[in-house]
Amino acid sequence: MNRTVYMDHAAATPVSPEVAEVMEPFLSERFWNPSAVYDLGYTAREAVERARGQVAGLINATPEEIVFTSSGAEANNLAVKGIAFAHPKKGRRIIVSAIEHHSVLNSARFFERLDYEVTFLPVDGHGVLDPARLEQAIDGETVLVSVMLANSEIGTIEPVGELARIAHDHGAFFHTDAVAAVGTIPVDVKDLGVDLLSLSGPGLGGPKGTGALYFKRGTRLMPLIHGGIQEGGRRAGTENVPGIVGLGKAAELRRAVLHERAVELAALRDRLVDGLMARVPRLRYTGHPKQRLPGHASFCVEGIEGEALVFLLSAKGIYANTGSACASKALKVSPVLVAIGLPDVIAQGSVVFTLDHTNTADQVDYVIEEFPGAVERLRAMSPVWNREQDGKGDEADNQDQVRNEALGRTCEAV
Amino acid sequence: MKFVSGIEPDDTLDLVCRMCPLHLLEPGERLKCLKTGQVLEVLTDYDGALEDIPAWCRRCGQEFVGMEEGEDCYRLYIRKVKEVA
Repeated sequence: MNRTVYMDHAAATPVSPEVAEVMEPFLSERFWNPSAVYDLGYTAREAVERARGQVAGLINATPEEIVFTSSGAEANNLAVKGIAFAHPKKGRRIIVSAIEHHSVLNSARFFERLDYEVTFLPVDGHGVLDPARLEQAIDGETVLVSVMLANSEIGTIEPVGELARIAHDHGAFFHTDAVAAVGTIPVDVKDLGVDLLSLSGPGLGGPKGTGALYFKRGTRLMPLIHGGIQEGGRRAGTENVPGIVGLGKAAELRRAVLHERAVELAALRDRLVDGLMARVPRLRYTGHPKQRLPGHASFCVEGIEGEALVFLLSAKGIYANTGSACASKALKVSPVLVAIGLPDVIAQGSVVFTLDHTNTADQVDYVIEEFPGAVERLRAMSPVWNREQDGKGDEADNQDQVRNEALGRTCEAV
Repeated sequence: MKFVSGIEPDDTLDLVCRMCPLHLLEPGERLKCLKTGQVLEVLTDYDGALEDIPAWCRRCGQEFVGMEEGEDCYRLYIRKVKEVA
C-alpha cells in the first residue's frame, strides 16, 4: 500500500481537532447573528471579539486593529484598494515588489486603469528586495508601498522593517502580505513598524475562508464591501462566526508553539534540502538559503517540467506543488522565478515542499529516496534534457538569456 | 447648520470611510469616555451626518456645537452636557 506524505501545507493544511471543536457549536446550536440585539446575538458577538483578541495577540496588535476577511487575498485587496481610495489626495503612485502574490499585484495593476503610476521593484537572485531600490523609486507622490514579509514560492523573508521605515520617511503607508509568514515565524507588527498586514486562516492552522487585515490604529481604509456596519463599518456582511472562532483558536494554539515549531521545521527542511541536493544533479535550491521560512524548501529541477514531477511524485504518495497553489494550474512560468532571474526553461522545473509539524524525518527520508528516481525517469524522456546532454542546448539557452535580460531591463527601468 | 471654526476638541472620532449608521452609534460610545463639558470632534465624509448628528444630539440631550468643513471631511463638534444613557 502506498504511503501518503503530504508536503503542500502552503496550499492547504488541516485544522487541528481543537480548532474544529470550537467551531462546531457555531455551525449548529450557536448559529446566532452577532449583530442581533438580544442576548443570543451577544453570545455570538462575544465569540467573534474573543477571536479578534486571539488574532491580535499572535502579531502584537490590539483587537480594534483587526478586521476579519474571507481570505488573505481579500485582506491584500482591502489593504491596497482601501488605502488608495481613502487617500486620493495623498498621491497617485503605488510601489510593490515584483514577487508579490497576485492579490497584491493585480490590485496594484487595477490602479493603473485609474491613472495611478504603479512601480514593480525588482529583487535579487535570492528574491530579496534591496531597500536601496525602494529608496531610489519612492517619492512624495507615493501613497502606498506593499512588500510581502515572506514569499510562498521561494520562502525568502524580506527586510520589511527597513522597507517600512523608508516608506514612512516619504509619507507613504506600508503594507506587508504576511500570509506565508504569520503562524510560521514570529511576527510583531510594532517591531516591523508596518501600517497594514495581511494574514490568512489556513496559513496558521485555521479554516479556509478566513483571513484578517491588521491596520494600525487611526489608519483610514475605504471598505471593499459596502453594506452594514459589521467589522466597525469596514467590511459589510454577516460575520463568518464559525470560521472566525476557528481562526482565533488556531492563532492562540500557534502562538504557544511558534518558536519551538520553527526550530523543528527548519531541521526537517534542512534534512530534505541536503538529501535532495546530494542525490540529484542539476538541482537548484531557489530563494534565500538562510533568510527563509523554516518549513519551506523550493527547487528548480533542470531539464523537466515541474507539473510532471509533481504528478509522478503523487503516484508515490508524495504531495508537493509547483509553486503557488493559485497559479500552478495556469501552466505559466512563475513570475516569481522569472523575477529572481531564472531562465524560463529552468523555471518550468519548479517544485515546492512546504512542511508542517505533522511531517516526520521518516517522511523526509522517503521523499529523498523517491525523488531522484522520478527526476531520472522524466529526464530520460525530456527533449530539453537530452538535447543538453548531446551538447545542443546552447541555442535554447541563448534565447532564454535574451528574454530574461529584456525582463531584467524592464525591472531596472523603474 | 451652525458653522464654527477654531474649536479645540478634547477627543476626536474618525469615521471617514466608515459606513452609515456608525455615525449614530459611535459618538455616544465615545462620549461615555469624556467628562461633562468636554467636546468631541467627529470626522466624517458622509453628507447624511450633517442632519443626523445634530438631530441625534437633540434627541439624546447633548449639545451640538457646530460644524466646520475640512479639506477631505466634515468636522462636527458635540459638547457632552450629561451622562450618556
